[in-house]
Amino acid sequence: MKRALLATLLFARTAIAQTEHVPPDPPQTHVHDMNYAEMVEMMGMDDRARFGKVMLDRLEWRDADESTYEWEAAAWYGGDFNKVWLATEGEHVDGTTGDARVELLWDRILTAWWSTRLGAREDFGEGPTRGWLAFGVAGLAPGFFELEAMGFVGDGGRTAIRLSGDYDLLITQRLVLQPEAELNFYGRDDPERLIGAGLSDLEIGLRLRYEIRREFAPYLGVSWSKRFGDSADLAEAAGHDADEVLIVAGLRAWF
Amino acid sequence: MDSLKHIGRRRFVQGLAGGALLLAHGRGRALAADGARAELTGPDFHLTIDELPVNYTGAARRAVAVNGQVPAPLLRIRQGDMVTIRVTNNLRERTSIHWHGIVLPADMDGVPGLSFDGIAPGTTFTYRFKVNQSGTYWYHSHSRFQEQIGLYGPIVVERRDGERHAAEREHTLLLSDWTDHDPEHIYATLKRQSDYYNYGKRTVADFLADVREKGFSATAAERRAWASMRMDPSDLADVSGYAYTYLLNGNTPAANWTGLFRPGERVRLRLINGSSMSFFDVRIPGLKLTVVATDGQDVEPVTVDELRIGTAEVYDVIVTPGDAAYTLFAQAMDRSGYARGTLAPRAGMSAEVPVLDARALLTMNDMGMNHAGMDHSRMDHSAMPKVLHAPAEAGPIVDMRADMPNTRLDNPGVGLRDNGRRVLTYADLATIGGPIDERHAAREIELHLTGHMERYIWSFNGQKFSDAKPLRFVHNERLRIALVNDTMMTHPIHLHGMWSELVDAHGNFLVRKHTVSVQPGQRLAYEVTADALGRWAYHCHLLYHMEAGMFREVVVA
Repeated sequence: MKRALLATLLFARTAIAQTEHVPPDPPQTHVHDMNYAEMVEMMGMDDRARFGKVMLDRLEWRDADESTYEWEAAAWYGGDFNKVWLATEGEHVDGTTGDARVELLWDRILTAWWSTRLGAREDFGEGPTRGWLAFGVAGLAPGFFELEAMGFVGDGGRTAIRLSGDYDLLITQRLVLQPEAELNFYGRDDPERLIGAGLSDLEIGLRLRYEIRREFAPYLGVSWSKRFGDSADLAEAAGHDADEVLIVAGLRAWF
Repeated sequence: MDSLKHIGRRRFVQGLAGGALLLAHGRGRALAADGARAELTGPDFHLTIDELPVNYTGAARRAVAVNGQVPAPLLRIRQGDMVTIRVTNNLRERTSIHWHGIVLPADMDGVPGLSFDGIAPGTTFTYRFKVNQSGTYWYHSHSRFQEQIGLYGPIVVERRDGERHAAEREHTLLLSDWTDHDPEHIYATLKRQSDYYNYGKRTVADFLADVREKGFSATAAERRAWASMRMDPSDLADVSGYAYTYLLNGNTPAANWTGLFRPGERVRLRLINGSSMSFFDVRIPGLKLTVVATDGQDVEPVTVDELRIGTAEVYDVIVTPGDAAYTLFAQAMDRSGYARGTLAPRAGMSAEVPVLDARALLTMNDMGMNHAGMDHSRMDHSAMPKVLHAPAEAGPIVDMRADMPNTRLDNPGVGLRDNGRRVLTYADLATIGGPIDERHAAREIELHLTGHMERYIWSFNGQKFSDAKPLRFVHNERLRIALVNDTMMTHPIHLHGMWSELVDAHGNFLVRKHTVSVQPGQRLAYEVTADALGRWAYHCHLLYHMEAGMFREVVVA
């Protein structure tokens, strides 16, 4: 009697749950064990894939007395955690390369917003070539400021620090005003490269670009550069301005 | 009974023949010329996958087509049938088809690497499974970006005892997001500059307008709150109308897909979001939408003006149009474009197309954060579930954690709140017949939806697929999965093989779904009966999120 009641109750319960659901049969075949590479190939899904980007941040004509062009470019290649960076920046004055540098860096993400950088820098162009060990951090500071702080140790006990940052201010969806600043400190004099110990130079730029496409944006801007202390004296002695404000025009592109 | 069903079927076929003609006429692009049908009827199917030249925007592109059609043909199946689907791959790469929402054995699920080896070029794979359920579903490739470029189609499983909610006519409305760009390029672009496709960011002019409206200090404080988090409240869609042309049944808004009806008929619209990356807000000005099913599962009818359909979600609605034309309007969540069609009593008619709504911004309340100027004194902290962030979430690939997630299910989401229309929410949905399993969940797994927008990395619990171990379910256990969205995006989460039975904050059953959209800063939970042995995929159905790591394997053993 009790059992019959239970059966009725159970039946009623199934009747209430009016679902069509039928559990599926177990699989008849199984995929073989595979390593990550094979799984990636089969699934077409690789969250460790490497990507690359080439950025021409500034290819710029400057309204100076002498014909002056500057470049700033970088490229990276790598995965989500580790990337190789190649960065270069310099000036081209009256047909010869002025102050210029190239860096090869390993970029490793450290926290959500910062990565560490380690590698080598070489200064070339005007004066003798200088080699440096490079280390530092780069990332996005609160407020959407792109920042980089780098330290350098060179041959003969040379040291240097470079701080730089920029910010994108959207006038419209395509018209972007970018303030930018770079500050250089050196540990000792290097007169052949017009460098005095201490705060050497500051450059502040303000560039207004129009993104015809995200990847392709001509710009107009103004650049103020100032040299300090012995660096200023050395520059002036070599016939350069230690404090100048220049109109600039150029192209920013990436792919 | 049989004869009645027969009449019902024939009437549908006649209706569709008219629709199909219109389709071929209206879109003026490459359909396989020799009388291609938009619909195939089971139980035996043969699908052939080929490349197909298409032109949606004036630019010639190659799509991936099934039987020469993009979208793939509708598969009509009768509930209870054992279906056999032979799939021949004529591509030069591996392919696969996943039957989204159909309960079937794990080796028939179509996920390469988990269910089977995929379908190699030049070969045919035969899927064979019994379809015990009824309702609207869909199918799509589970290989790389093939879904983005055309390999998706509707499935309609006709209920054995006739539809629970009667309608004299039906149309399937498949929404998608076509792109002329190479999806590989889109993915690489997102990795290079994640906000590349966002042309709805806040500008200086917006700042000034806000200052005029709210005052300087309030505006500055609000900007500072977002800037300090390094988050952008305009980040509603990773890929926008900049790259997408939104399609309805494979038709651009200009091509204006038209579904016919006779005035006074009840028309069942089977609405499927087959897009790769887009949420759509769907409405038909002039008509109420009576929602009767979601993800193939009948619900108590609920009448609304508008509904948001997440990627891979399905809604069946019934409308009763009068003697006029009506615009089917599906605007992308970020308002960067829309899909559009027409319901009309006669071909060639059209109705006014609404303007896109203003683009909404996320608010601090969307973020589930506790430093957002919320009035904490008035909040009931005891009612809040304790949030546990996995250790990996402290790592460098997670940019946000929701410490005070929102558990409300009656929030229609960003851009739909207080818009003057009655908008569907999950809280409105009640699956008829209750859950498939009356047991209470014996345990709970808490999974956080995590990511890093700027670096374009997506994950569960701060671990990408390649770094995570499979989730293990015990065969036949009833468990609860709590999802906490620690990101700014709405993620449609799809568990393969088993139903996701959404429960409210008190654990009461609401609705059975295969894909559950989780809003930014939201915590929701669903219960799962692990009655499907084998290896299953579990992932965000935003295609590029899945590729970037927001994917887990689930093993039921």
